[in-house]
Amino acid sequence: MRRRRWMAGGMAAAAVLTMAACGADDGPPTLTWYINPDDGGQAAIARSCTEDAGGEYRIEISLLPRDASEQRQQLARRLAARDASIDLMSLDPPFIPEFVEGEFLAEVPDDVAERVSEDVVAGALAGATWNDRLVAVPFWANTQLLWYRTSVAEAAGLDMEQPVTWDQLIQAAQDQDVLLGVQGTRAESLTVWINALVESAGGHVVENPEAEAADVTLGLDSDAGREAARIMSEIGAQGLAGAGLPTADESASLSLFQGDRGSFMVNWPFVWTATGAAVEAGTLDTELLDDIGWAVYPQVTEGQESRPPYGGINLGIGAYSRHVDLAYAAAECIVSPENQAEYFTTNGNPPSSISAYDDPAVQEAFPMADVIRQSLEQAAPRPQTPYYNEVSTGLQGTWHPPSAVDPDSTPAQSSEFITAVLRGERLL
Amino acid sequence: MSAQVAPAKGSGASEAAAEEEARKRRNRAQKSDRTRAESRLGWYLAGPAFVVMLAVTAYPIAQAIFDSLFRFRLSAPDERAFIGLTNYVVVLSDVVFWRVLGVTLLITVVAVAVEVVLGFALALVMHRAITQLRGLLRTAILVPYGIITVVSAFAWFYAFDISSGFVNTWFAWVPGVDENLNWFANMGTSLFVIIASEIWKTTPFISLLLLAGLAQVPTELEEAAEVDGATWWQRLNRVVIPNMKAAIMVAVLFRALDAFRIFDNVFIMTGGANNTEVLSLLAYRTSIARLEIGLGSAISVLLFVCVILICFIAIKLFKVDLAGARGEK
Repeated sequence: MRRRRWMAGGMAAAAVLTMAACGADDGPPTLTWYINPDDGGQAAIARSCTEDAGGEYRIEISLLPRDASEQRQQLARRLAARDASIDLMSLDPPFIPEFVEGEFLAEVPDDVAERVSEDVVAGALAGATWNDRLVAVPFWANTQLLWYRTSVAEAAGLDMEQPVTWDQLIQAAQDQDVLLGVQGTRAESLTVWINALVESAGGHVVENPEAEAADVTLGLDSDAGREAARIMSEIGAQGLAGAGLPTADESASLSLFQGDRGSFMVNWPFVWTATGAAVEAGTLDTELLDDIGWAVYPQVTEGQESRPPYGGINLGIGAYSRHVDLAYAAAECIVSPENQAEYFTTNGNPPSSISAYDDPAVQEAFPMADVIRQSLEQAAPRPQTPYYNEVSTGLQGTWHPPSAVDPDSTPAQSSEFITAVLRGERLL
Repeated sequence: MSAQVAPAKGSGASEAAAEEEARKRRNRAQKSDRTRAESRLGWYLAGPAFVVMLAVTAYPIAQAIFDSLFRFRLSAPDERAFIGLTNYVVVLSDVVFWRVLGVTLLITVVAVAVEVVLGFALALVMHRAITQLRGLLRTAILVPYGIITVVSAFAWFYAFDISSGFVNTWFAWVPGVDENLNWFANMGTSLFVIIASEIWKTTPFISLLLLAGLAQVPTELEEAAEVDGATWWQRLNRVVIPNMKAAIMVAVLFRALDAFRIFDNVFIMTGGANNTEVLSLLAYRTSIARLEIGLGSAISVLLFVCVILICFIAIKLFKVDLAGARGEK
């Protein structure tokens, strides 16, 4: 009922505003696409889709902050104030349930949903779905790979054709006095690591992501949670990731990996384009590039398939947009396999479309494209709950620094803390 | 305004006294015309600013107090409910709040104490500098204050950062500093950098206020003390400082209020990691990041109460005289 009244009110307001807009502007309707910062790829797609639209609409881009949680803050605050200027949004998948529950997103029409969920990797489809409905349009899908220095892996006697385990990596780092590249800074990247470890051990950070805040049950106080904590604490306490671990984000891990003591690193595929660019600019040796290998994310338990992190961007359509239909038409144009393939080769962001990986240009620019696709099929999303921000910030607060993580107490303590925060009994 | 006099009621006073009273009243009435005009002019001049102040200060404060009585999450506006003082109970009964308050107070006390000493020394240098150098010196000392806090915070962050910073290499000779020292991985070292950056940035502000105070100390007093054989230290301690007490107290009060609301440095350098969270950051994370408007407003209101308390303590207990500092006495 409430929703209907809301929508009726919104539609009436939209109608009035549309009339006002028509009087003022005679050109084609302008759609504003709020994008996360990239290397200009989304701007290029916006231009080409504007051309393809043949005067039906025009896409303008508007830049969001660099940090994913700050992107969420800006969009959520604007949408809570019913900002009608938001037509399309590049959304980080973990925040999508919150946007749906807040009625910030326009519903995906059934025919659009059918078309945009064909030919999409499993992880990306899961990330765009909430309560069994497609709520956003899958755009690009990210996943972390295990990057390694071939020389170190050979010295450790590891067969990188086969999946490796975290314990093997820890052993190799101890034996050869080299450093592992992981993200231990108190930020979203720490949650990404914790979630991947817990999921790979067969558990879940949140057992019932669709529950109300007070009823959310955490799955950390379990064997999977303790196993994840054990791996993290071993790496932290033994200094296997260097003194920079408590402040290491993705770029810091990459510098460590490129350095003299680099060995293994879990990181997103941007590291490949970034290292290539550094070699081209002459700041790094070509030998380094030749020494880099890649594999699927390490396993926690030997023989049990790992669940690599899933990231990327999905497109949401603003609930208060004046041109929802046109926005969905534009979204379908933006996520076409050709655009995704082009975006991957120019900006290093992997497609969610399966067929885009068969593009010869993709295969040439990213020799690891098939591993990425496999990793995306295996990937596990971060907890899909409307309270993701509380869960993630709570994890970051209790599992930081990694050296202080205690497998016997940290999982239980963090469960207790996050549950209390969700019940409104504790400050975060 | 107070010049308006109530009409005298019938009294048994003598005629002469009544005459005298009437004369006084006329006198006062004459004065009151002028004062009234002046005060009216004052209101005309200050009125617009007063209205703007009400709109941008009083209204948000009232709104925050109102919001703090609700359970209100921006992404679930339908579930908004009046819950009285529950938000305050949650905040005040949580150890996090008290820890954060403690860290904020620690930063405030240390930063202000060091700044007063340094700022006083800089003010003396500026005050005594020969005329040709004075302009250059004042500009040089003011440069840090002219830099935006966010920019200075990033500059300090990158200087101390373990992967891109130069501090660990330059200061490797200092015991405890080596290439593996991660300044932003421990509470103590993080707070050191945060406070140092705060001091570097705002000492010029304090030294400017103190310089104004120094300029008010009559030179004759100092000269007289010198003639009487007082040493430099005695002159400073017995003549200069007592004569500029008002300026010092105002500088301390202003800076303390400012330092208590520290945000940028902590936000950029640690984001509150390693127990370096401060009150403003807690309020920000609750209202803006968690979108919990009710709970966040409660924290903001408590922050506001703390600021008022600091003002109250300074003005009532330490008798800070804001008018005295401007030389109005």
